[in-house]
Amino acid sequence: MNRIDSKFQELKAAKKKGLVIFITAGAPDIESTIAAVKMAEANGADAIELGIPFSDPMADGPIIQRSSFEAIKKGMTVKKLIALVKEIRTFTNIPILAMGYLNNLLNYGLNDFFADAKAAGLDGLILPDVPHEESAELRELGDKLDMPIVEFVTPGTVPRRITETCVNAKGFIYCVSVNGVTGVRKIDYGPIGKVAQSVREQSSVPVAVGFGIGSGEAAVEAAAHADAVIVGSAVLKKLLENDMDAAAGIVSEIRTALDKAYN
Amino acid sequence: MATKRFGKYGGQYVPETVMPVLNELEDAYDKYKDDPQFIADFKRILKEYAGRPSMLYYAEKLTKHYGKAKIFLKREDLLHTGAHKINNALGQAILAKRMGKECIIAETGAGQHGVASATVAALFGFKCKVFMGKVDVERQKLNVFRMKLLGAEVIPVEGGSGTLKDAMNEAIRYWAAHVDDTYYLIGTVAGPAPYPELVRDFQKVIGEEIREQVKEQAGGRVDYLVACVGGGSNAMGTFYEFRNDKDVKKFGVEAAGKGMDTDEHALTLEKGRPGVLHGAYSYLLQDDDGQALEAYSISAGLDYPGVGPEHSYFKDAGIVDYVGISDDEALAAFRRVSELEGVIPAVESSHALAYLEKLMPTTKEDEVVVVCLSGRGDKDVQMVAKVLGEEI
Repeated sequence: MNRIDSKFQELKAAKKKGLVIFITAGAPDIESTIAAVKMAEANGADAIELGIPFSDPMADGPIIQRSSFEAIKKGMTVKKLIALVKEIRTFTNIPILAMGYLNNLLNYGLNDFFADAKAAGLDGLILPDVPHEESAELRELGDKLDMPIVEFVTPGTVPRRITETCVNAKGFIYCVSVNGVTGVRKIDYGPIGKVAQSVREQSSVPVAVGFGIGSGEAAVEAAAHADAVIVGSAVLKKLLENDMDAAAGIVSEIRTALDKAYN
Repeated sequence: MATKRFGKYGGQYVPETVMPVLNELEDAYDKYKDDPQFIADFKRILKEYAGRPSMLYYAEKLTKHYGKAKIFLKREDLLHTGAHKINNALGQAILAKRMGKECIIAETGAGQHGVASATVAALFGFKCKVFMGKVDVERQKLNVFRMKLLGAEVIPVEGGSGTLKDAMNEAIRYWAAHVDDTYYLIGTVAGPAPYPELVRDFQKVIGEEIREQVKEQAGGRVDYLVACVGGGSNAMGTFYEFRNDKDVKKFGVEAAGKGMDTDEHALTLEKGRPGVLHGAYSYLLQDDDGQALEAYSISAGLDYPGVGPEHSYFKDAGIVDYVGISDDEALAAFRRVSELEGVIPAVESSHALAYLEKLMPTTKEDEVVVVCLSGRGDKDVQMVAKVLGEEI
């Protein structure tokens, strides 16, 4: 069983909500990314989403955009990301998913990317510019290597497409909490809650809610509809400021809040 | 059903947030594209508001200059707002109105599509936001002011390099957050399906008119079609009608910037590799890691690192030849056509006109060349004066 599935089983058995932390690889540099992964795990993260920086991150808000441009400027590449995963695997077994835009993978070569990433210890992929309609080839490659391609639903995803997404879902289903881009803000989790409910009725794959979550309070609200929450910009902002303690503070606050609310 | 792919190119590589509204657009376009009332409304507004059909003008002095085939100019520059962009803006505005949308957003580089969008927004009563790279806002002040006069809000985009591709990223981001009431009026044959098809359909009138006009003016003959290619909408509009006419040679002229052998160009189809940007799989200028590169051209309307996916298909299928023209060659054509014909062409269109230098010696006297003069050059005179070292 892949690390993502076993982590969600473990969480379910322990009746805990999962916490996924997003970190842009190479922002501000590779050493600090490694330190950030250690920090996140030490403070209660259950999985890591490692961002592949892209020149045109159209699903992302200002913080992840900035982190991507900085990482590219510092020389981050897909090749280096794979090496980074390999290095992370020397000290932890935490599930790692890469989040990136399709073009970097196409450019690397899809077959090569899947083979190299799997060998390095990557567990899954999240591609925000690949909707269900365009993901068949990727899902096939992922299935062969037991590397889930995580797919998205949003408050606007219509019932027909929720069903299509559920049929093929692997790893977990990413419920985007709000129409728009990544970044911390006040969100009404009601609409995505309804979509998450519909997903649950049609699939046994875990559900994670992301976009906008920046505090323990928000995480608890979002987690009411999900098995896990995904936190990106809030932690990343502190990492970009080179404030590892503040980043750790946010991860730990969210972990504590989730455990307190759901145990 | 909407066309999602042109051969292997095209598709819908967009965030899930945008998929419902893309599907809504596909359904609406399927419903209206063959609707007689929609077609009649579009034709009427093209005629009465934009000024179609645009003239096909026999450029006698330019023809004499080369002493070979007859040269005709398709005068899109004479349309309202000064370029072919208005055709698409009007078509999409009618569609957006039918869809019940209240706001339109658009991206713009040089500002021509921004002005066309602001114009149709005023005409149809939409709120309008135009996303424009910060660098472009600075260098295209005149068009920024035109948009404001027309009641549009111009939003400078800071991210990335502050040019067209960043403006498009930001427009998509805004759209994702405002899908309920906002229509995204894309300005070229790029972007996710159904935009490439839809924009093509609103621009194909250019080629259809050429077909009719040469019947009367050139004995029905056309041997060569020439048009400039940035995203590729005027070229697609010119070529599409003739896509199956193998004896009509079609040349799409990209911007070679400082030269074919430099890194400063916009030769997406000649020097790029297929990749995904802004929702479509198409040729793309990208680095070794798959990051989209900044394109360069003296012409702000051609410096886009992507290109419409149907052009990628036309390239691979050998339907159109794509060639490059440098800044210097384009500027020479800008002056030549101004002096010979009394027509100041847009610096974008000047790239197509410059290709005549290479094409004409290979033609015969009884042949016919049609160049799409996609826009007028008034917007460029300040820039050209600066390049020529003249104060105005």
